[in-house]
Amino acid sequence: MRKLLILAAATIGLSGVAQAADITGAGATFPFPIYSKWAEAYKKETGIGLNYQSIGSGGGIRQIKAKTVAFGATDAPLKGEDLTKDGLIQFPTVMGGVVPAINIAGVEARQLKLTGPLIAEIYMGTVKKWNDPKIVALNPGLKLPDANITPVYRSDGSGTTFVFTDYLSKVSADWKSKVGTNTSVQWAVGIGGKGNEGVSASVKQVANSIGYVEYAYAKQNKLSYALIQNADGQFPDPDDKSFQAAAANADWNAAPGFGISLNNQKGAEAWPITAATFLLVHAKPEKPEEVGAALKFVDWAFKNGDKLALDLEYVPLPATVKDQVRASWKGVTDPAGKPIF
Amino acid sequence: MTAVTDPMSIPAARPQRKTPKGTFDLIFRNASFASALFVLILLAGIMLSMIIGGWPAFKAFGLGFITGSQWDTQADVYGAWPAIAGTLTTAFIALLIGVPLSLGIAVYLTQLAPPWFKQPVSTAIELLAAVPSIIYGMWGLFVFVPLFAAYVQVPLSNIVEGMPIVGTILYSRSPSGLGILTAGIILAFMIIPFIASIVRDMLDQIPSVLRESAYGIGATTWEVVRHVLVPQAGVSIIGAIMLGLGRALGETMAVTFVVGNANRLSGSIMDPGSTIASRIANEFNEALGLQMNALIGLGCILFFVTFVVLVIARILVARVKTF
Repeated sequence: MRKLLILAAATIGLSGVAQAADITGAGATFPFPIYSKWAEAYKKETGIGLNYQSIGSGGGIRQIKAKTVAFGATDAPLKGEDLTKDGLIQFPTVMGGVVPAINIAGVEARQLKLTGPLIAEIYMGTVKKWNDPKIVALNPGLKLPDANITPVYRSDGSGTTFVFTDYLSKVSADWKSKVGTNTSVQWAVGIGGKGNEGVSASVKQVANSIGYVEYAYAKQNKLSYALIQNADGQFPDPDDKSFQAAAANADWNAAPGFGISLNNQKGAEAWPITAATFLLVHAKPEKPEEVGAALKFVDWAFKNGDKLALDLEYVPLPATVKDQVRASWKGVTDPAGKPIF
Repeated sequence: MTAVTDPMSIPAARPQRKTPKGTFDLIFRNASFASALFVLILLAGIMLSMIIGGWPAFKAFGLGFITGSQWDTQADVYGAWPAIAGTLTTAFIALLIGVPLSLGIAVYLTQLAPPWFKQPVSTAIELLAAVPSIIYGMWGLFVFVPLFAAYVQVPLSNIVEGMPIVGTILYSRSPSGLGILTAGIILAFMIIPFIASIVRDMLDQIPSVLRESAYGIGATTWEVVRHVLVPQAGVSIIGAIMLGLGRALGETMAVTFVVGNANRLSGSIMDPGSTIASRIANEFNEALGLQMNALIGLGCILFFVTFVVLVIARILVARVKTF
C-alpha cells in the first residue's frame, strides 16, 4: 500500500513537471508513429514531453496559423508565398515511400511491374483489366487474370494522396490536366477507404484491386505490392535504400522551405514515389521558449532518432539535409531579433 | 369587466388555473420557460453559424451548389448533388428494409411470441440499439462486405449484365461489396432496434380490452393487428420510423466505412457513392478555405433535409390523427 502511494505521488509529481514543459504540436497523421516514438525516448532523457495531435495536414496548417501550437506538421509542403505571408519557417523531418499495393490471386509481392503512366491510366479508368495488353507487355511470363481492376484511394484528405497524385502529375500529362495534384482529388473510378488502414483493408478484401499506401502499412499488413519503373527506367525494390537514394539525388534548395517533390528523382536506385514530411514554425514566435524547445527536440531526433525511424520503416534525412535544416533555423528569432536555436 | 374576472362566471368544464403567486411558482415558471427558450436559441444558433460558415460556398455557386455533381478540390468547384442523392438513397433503402422487419419484430413480440422467446429477443434488440455506430461500420467492412461481394454482387452482376434498366441499377463494375446498397443495408440494421423497440412498447401500451373485444367478435390475429393495433399505434409508429430515418440520414461513421466514398453519381446502387455526413467526415480534417465553406454548406443542407423530413412527419401524423 505504501509503495503504491509513493508511486502515485511520484506519478503526479512527474506529470506536473512534464506538463509545464510539454511541447505542443499538431498536424499530419503520417509521421505520428515516429513522432510519438521520438517523444517517448526524448522524455526519458530530458523529462520534456511532446503533446502531438495527429489531426491531419490541413489541420496542422490551420493550427500553426492560429498560433495555438508551437509547431504544425504537414505532408504537403506550403508554397513559398504562403510561408512569407504567414511568417512561417518550414523544414523536413523524416521521409517515407508510397507503394502500389495489389491483390491479384497468384501474384506475389514484387512480381508485377508497372509504370507511372500505366498507374495513371488505371486510376483514370482507361486501363480497365489486369490482362490489358499494356500491362502484359511489361510483365511477360506473369499470369494476369481477365478481371476488372478496382482502384482504391484515400477518401479522406491526405498527404499520401498529395504525394501520389503529385507523382502521377509528373509522369502523365493527361493526369496533370484532368485530375491534378491535391490532398483529395476527383477520382474517376474506384472505391475510397478512410485512412491508410481503410485502403489496406479494402485492398486486402477486394479481389483484383490496387491501392496506394505508405510502405510501412503495406509491410505491416503483409500486402502484396507492385514495382514501379523509375526515371532511369529501373525497377528498384521499395526499401529504406531506394527511398534514401531519391532524397540524395534531390536538390533540396530548389524550393523555399525545402518544399521540393522527391517524386520521380533521377538515379538507378531511386524509388519513384518518395516524400518528406514537414514541420512549420513561426519565424517570429510570440512564445520563443516554446518554439526553442520544439527545435531542440527536432535537433535531438536528428542526432539520435535515425534507428527508431528505420525500425518503423521511415527514412532519416541525409546528413547534409539535416545541416541545411539546422541552418534554416537561424531565421527563427525572438522579439529582440536573436536566433532562438 | 368584472364579470370576466369573476371565477364563478367561467364554465365548470374549463376550470381556470390559479395565477402563480408564490416566489417559488414564479421562479419555477421562469426557469422552465428559459429551458424551453434555450432549445430555440440553440437551434437558431446552429442554423445561423452553418449559414454563415457555408455562405461563401452558397454565394460562389448559387443553386449549382445543390444541383452540381462535381466535387473538385483541385479546381475549387463544389456541387453537393452526389452527396445529397447518396444520403436520400441510402436512407430510403434503410427504411425499405428496416421498417417491415421492425414492424414484424414488434408485432411478433407483442402478439404471438411465447414468453420464453419474448424476453431474450427483447433484450437482444435493446443491446443492438446500444452498439456504437463505428462497431456496425467495422463489422460491415470486415464481415458483411466480403460476404456480400462474393454471394450477392458477383452472381447478381453476372445475371443482370447488359439488361435494360435492371442492368443499370444492379450491375457493379467492380464488385467490391462496398456501395450505396451496402450502406443502406447496414443502416437498416442500425435503425431496426430503434423502430422495433419503440413500436413494441407502443403496442404493449394498447389496452388489452380492445384486443380482447376484437378477438371476442371473431377477428383473426391478422385482423386484430390490421384493424385494431395499427390504427391505435399509428401515430407512434410513424414517429418511430421518423426517428429511425433521422438516424439513417445523419449516420456518419458506419456509412463512411461501407459506402465506398466515391464523389460521383452512378446509376447503379451497387456502385460506391457518398453521403453528406460521410463526405464531411472524410474531408473535414484537411479542408481549407472554400472547401471548408463547402463542407459547412453541406452540413447546412443536411440540417435542412432533416428539417423537411420532420415537417413531412408532422403532416403525416396530423393526417393519421384525423382517421
